[in-house]
Amino acid sequence: MKLRTAGYFFRQAALSLWRNVWMSLAAAASVAISMFLLGAFLLLVFNVNHIANNLQSNVEIAAFLQVDVPRQVSLHIQDQVRALPGVTEVTLVPKEEGLQQLSQQFGSEQDLLAATGGVNPLPDYLRVRVADPQSIQSVAEAIKAIPGVEKVNYGQEVVERLFAVVRWLRWLGVGIIAMLGLGALSLIVLTIRLAVYSRRREINIMKYVGATDWFIRWPFFLEGLWLGLFGSGVAALAVYLGYRLVLNMVGPAAVFVPLIRDQGLLLWSTLGLVAGGSLVGALGSLFSIRRFLKV
Amino acid sequence: MSLIQFFNVTKQYPPNITALDDVSVKIDKGEFVFLVGPSGAGKTTFIRLLFREEVPNRGQIIIGGRSISRLKRKEVPLLRRNIGIVFQDFRLLPDRTVFENVAFALRVVETHPREIKPRVEKALAQVGLSNRARMFPHQLSGGEQQRAAIARAIVNNPGILVADEPTGNLDPATSGDIMKLLEEINRLGTTVIMATHAWDIVNSMRKRVIALQHGRLVRDDREGGYGYEA
Ligand SMILES: Nc1ncnc2c1ncn2[C@@H]1O[C@H](COP(=O)(O)OP(=O)(O)OP(=O)(O)O)[C@@H](O)[C@H]1O
Ligand SMILES: [Mg+2]
Repeated sequence: MKLRTAGYFFRQAALSLWRNVWMSLAAAASVAISMFLLGAFLLLVFNVNHIANNLQSNVEIAAFLQVDVPRQVSLHIQDQVRALPGVTEVTLVPKEEGLQQLSQQFGSEQDLLAATGGVNPLPDYLRVRVADPQSIQSVAEAIKAIPGVEKVNYGQEVVERLFAVVRWLRWLGVGIIAMLGLGALSLIVLTIRLAVYSRRREINIMKYVGATDWFIRWPFFLEGLWLGLFGSGVAALAVYLGYRLVLNMVGPAAVFVPLIRDQGLLLWSTLGLVAGGSLVGALGSLFSIRRFLKV
Repeated sequence: MSLIQFFNVTKQYPPNITALDDVSVKIDKGEFVFLVGPSGAGKTTFIRLLFREEVPNRGQIIIGGRSISRLKRKEVPLLRRNIGIVFQDFRLLPDRTVFENVAFALRVVETHPREIKPRVEKALAQVGLSNRARMFPHQLSGGEQQRAAIARAIVNNPGILVADEPTGNLDPATSGDIMKLLEEINRLGTTVIMATHAWDIVNSMRKRVIALQHGRLVRDDREGGYGYEA
């Protein structure tokens, strides 16, 4: 394509956007809203996922042994657990130490012992760390299968509830964004259709004097592409600034809410939004060109 | 070989309208041809087939040695650049000056900008509208608007000019001027094909007349008259 022809297309597309300025704004705003929500959802899902992983990697397995196993057996079980695949660290907490920890919380050791008739009621237990948070459940089950192990605990419920939230969020997000995206797409189609309609005389004459199909189509294609690009550009900027704001607000409490501070994620998701919006715009105009611009 | 050849051309529209029925005709380069016939005879259809707005259901149309129903989509614009088209209702763009209306035909076929001004001026001079270049269509008389449309049709130097009832909206005196203009364009080498109802014009010009009726070619006279009112 010649440079001055490209210039002509750009001018025509800009003129056409301007001619139906309210329609153009509505279409761009619709792209902006759906792309902003997409961005917000993406970051939300990423972060909840991140937090869940974070929690899980801090979660230990506590394996309580049967009360009456001798220390010798406890040590043997510790070796067995250490040999399990995925286990990184196993600490044996003897029942005496357990009692001490308890009494620090409840007062004197003697009182506790007295209350239980002079017998330490606690079992030995093992604190187990695993390499991969995803494997925590299978490791826990393997430990439970070892003879002499009474009970296995890990922060299963919290973590699983979080992952359930993530799953749920994903579906909800996909649904809402698909609907909004469809809305944006149809607004773009409508805008281009209107533009084609308001220029139908010109298009007609262009055909008669021998303009090529693509010469006629290009300005409309550009128009749709720009609507997508403008809308998603605004959305990406809003997502970027919004996320920075959230990070700043969370700032001091970051220990409890470990948000993703990686600039890469933010960069890629904003770029993704712009790409997505442009795609919506391009698809919308291609569709309109096929349907309404039979050249 | 003739410039334009129709071989047994039939054009049907759904559901079962036969607009052209087995028409065969040859038109040579440089000819001036009237296409006559009552309303609904198939004149406009004939013209639309010529610049491939429609394709025939049967038969062949050859222009400049090429079958135009076999043209690829991409080749159709090139065919049309060699055919200037004029309509009864002028079809000028109301929001542009006469100059811009004519220049439009050059711009959209990617003519070099340097060539546009001299070529538009030449075309406007040829139709006698040099002093109306800056005016808008609504400021012109019907005859002047049709001249502007003719300038647009010839600015790209087409070998063929087709006109579908170009005088249909004009009074007799203005029609006469337009006919003189078309004759002049023809004299400079352009093949002119004109569909018309105006029997007085046809009778006075003594050009070739191709008559259609119910889609059939019923008469083809070298120096004919309109013939139906007679
Ligand atoms: N797009 C179309 N769809 C269906 N029928 C059509 C179409 N165009 C033309 N026809 C029919 O084909 C026949 C020939 O029409 P055409 O327009 O060629 O006649 P014409 O000679 O130009 O008439 P007029 O002098 O009134 O302009 C008519 O019966 C018309 O109704
Ligand atoms: Mg007609």
